[in-house]
Amino acid sequence: MTSSSVTTVYVPRDSAAKSVGADEVADLIATAARTADGDVRVVRNGSRGMLWLEPVVEVTTDAGRVAYGPVNPSDVRGLLDAGLFDAAEHRLRLGLVDDIAWLKNQQRLTFARVGVTDPLSLDDYQQHGGGAGLRRALAMTPEQVVDEVIESGLRGRGGAGFPAGIKWKTVLGATSDRKYVCCNADEGDSGTFADRMLMEGDPFTLIEGMIITSYAVGAATGYIYVRSEYPDAVATLNSAIEILYAHGWLGERVLNTGHSFDLSVRVGAGAYICGEETSMLESLEGKRGMVRAKPPIPALQGLFGQPTVVNNVLTLGSVPAVMAESGATYASYGFDRSLGTQVFQLAGNIARGGIVETGFGITLDELVNGYGGGTRSGRPVRAVQVGGPLGAYIPASQLELRAGYESMAAAEAMIGHGGIVVFDDTVDMAQQARFAMEFCAEESCGKCTPCRIGSVRGVEVIDRIIAGEDRESNLVLLDDLCNLMTEGSLCAMGGLTPMPVRSAVRNFAADFSREPGDGSSGTADNENAVASSSRDPADFATSPRRPELDTEVTT
Amino acid sequence: MRSTPAAPVDAGAADLVRSIAAAHRAEEGPLLVVLHDIQRELGYIDPSWIAVVASELNLSRAEVHGVATFYNDFRSSPRGRNHVVVCRAEACQSVGARALADHAQATLGIGFGETTDDASVTLDQVFCLGNCALGPAVQINGQLFGRVDGDRFDALVQKQGR
Repeated sequence: MTSSSVTTVYVPRDSAAKSVGADEVADLIATAARTADGDVRVVRNGSRGMLWLEPVVEVTTDAGRVAYGPVNPSDVRGLLDAGLFDAAEHRLRLGLVDDIAWLKNQQRLTFARVGVTDPLSLDDYQQHGGGAGLRRALAMTPEQVVDEVIESGLRGRGGAGFPAGIKWKTVLGATSDRKYVCCNADEGDSGTFADRMLMEGDPFTLIEGMIITSYAVGAATGYIYVRSEYPDAVATLNSAIEILYAHGWLGERVLNTGHSFDLSVRVGAGAYICGEETSMLESLEGKRGMVRAKPPIPALQGLFGQPTVVNNVLTLGSVPAVMAESGATYASYGFDRSLGTQVFQLAGNIARGGIVETGFGITLDELVNGYGGGTRSGRPVRAVQVGGPLGAYIPASQLELRAGYESMAAAEAMIGHGGIVVFDDTVDMAQQARFAMEFCAEESCGKCTPCRIGSVRGVEVIDRIIAGEDRESNLVLLDDLCNLMTEGSLCAMGGLTPMPVRSAVRNFAADFSREPGDGSSGTADNENAVASSSRDPADFATSPRRPELDTEVTT
Repeated sequence: MRSTPAAPVDAGAADLVRSIAAAHRAEEGPLLVVLHDIQRELGYIDPSWIAVVASELNLSRAEVHGVATFYNDFRSSPRGRNHVVVCRAEACQSVGARALADHAQATLGIGFGETTDDASVTLDQVFCLGNCALGPAVQINGQLFGRVDGDRFDALVQKQGR
């Protein structure tokens, strides 16, 4: 048998795919593959990010990879009988992956290999362009690498949007015999999962980005701080690090150059606040995750008081793409001062949820109603929360907003980590505002008073508003409290909690003036709701929304 | 599937705690690593072990106690044989997490942070499991599940062999 006659079947190992049965599907297919005529092997890839179609099964053919989905364990028998290994016709057949418009129309740079490769095959990684950025960087001086990243316009994808290259320049210029690169993988924002999917689906890209960073700033030690809620990501990263040590990418003399870099994973312990960079550094030092006052900035006095780069997974994961081509190429994507691509995450009540990586400047409507296909429930979209629990609630009437750092800020919203959570018209926005305060009270580190006490008082005052007690003056009080938290908190936790609260009050006033005890939400009286699926679903004809997409997947 | 047997509190446990702490002493800022390892080996972190960790790592007892009580993951008493975690964050709320949270508590007869009388299940809440396009999400003994409604919740909990 020649190698060209080997058929490869891909079933994702991504934990979202596994959450709807991918492991069972893979086991059933692997069992059949052992007895199949011809040579069939099963590879566990990352997820393509078409999460509403998971588990997605792909089969190699001469024309390319053919996809099927969503493949429930109960579908596998029929699929095999129909001729899965020959990529035969079946009601779940989606056609050639490369022809699926939903994927084809994206601009995948950071996520270029996610779902394509075996996440732990270094050969696969390099055959798909992995390592090119690192090799090019190592042939340059650290200063040149920093300049290239500045030119790329790459900004902090964790949400703060600080230019990565400028931060690196500060660390490079700092004098110390000990510097660190720390990756913030404490992805705690609801509606975000891109960090997880990159770590599980293409861990080498993140690590390559960190090696490049360490070379650029002169750091010999790195940590990836991963939240404990992501056990699969932790396991995949640890395996990837082991492989890269074995191949000389990590440790002494990286790829036979004079640069050395040691990297390890540290696991968080269930504290949202550790996504804040100074709190994360405290946690890495083995302390309570309490926020530090700035200055000093971490670039000068970070981990153990040493100059430290702290960047998000997506920021560091974009570095190989920047360095593989050039900063200018990367900067040709995006718009305004938001350059490059953003990995948007479509979440919540959405028909076609998943990963959309594309240049900044796309409108929220294109994401929510275009790619997303409106709500999963089929009801009208009423609100979308962009940028996590600290992001604004945007009404359906304002979805023409373009996604970018400044464009969102101008609308009193934020792009954050690129998560977009969709709510239909059954949502009660007064409850969502209350939850924002409740979440802050639960997760506050407790260091500063506006956040620690303000959030508790916030829950109380919103409860009084909901109960109909002296509404007018309590809304004034709430606004005053929000001002205080915004201006007086030490970090973004207390400082941004008012954003979802105020946007809910501003955009959905009716929900705060309803008769107490009226359980209905703003369905009928809601001026902001627009019909879902306002875009012609035929735009995505190759990935139609099937009835079974809405049915329960049993495992 | 990880199970979490309740370990007897005895001198043997304290010795194990000491050896775990000693094994990480040379690492930078090892306290969280040590506490995670203790909890993995022994199921929880008994308050009596705080002093042992403190002396091994040359920290004050207050420092170790402060860290052990700051983070949600660290428990001072054994957990049930199965660990069920329900996501209560916004993305899951938008597809019915509030109802699921109520259902989970009612079915198991316990609140969040509590363990059933027969020690079969500990129920916890979490704010985001990173499965935001396939909510409501639940994690059982470290394994993630998506699109969980009441019926699927009951079936999954049943399957874990209560």
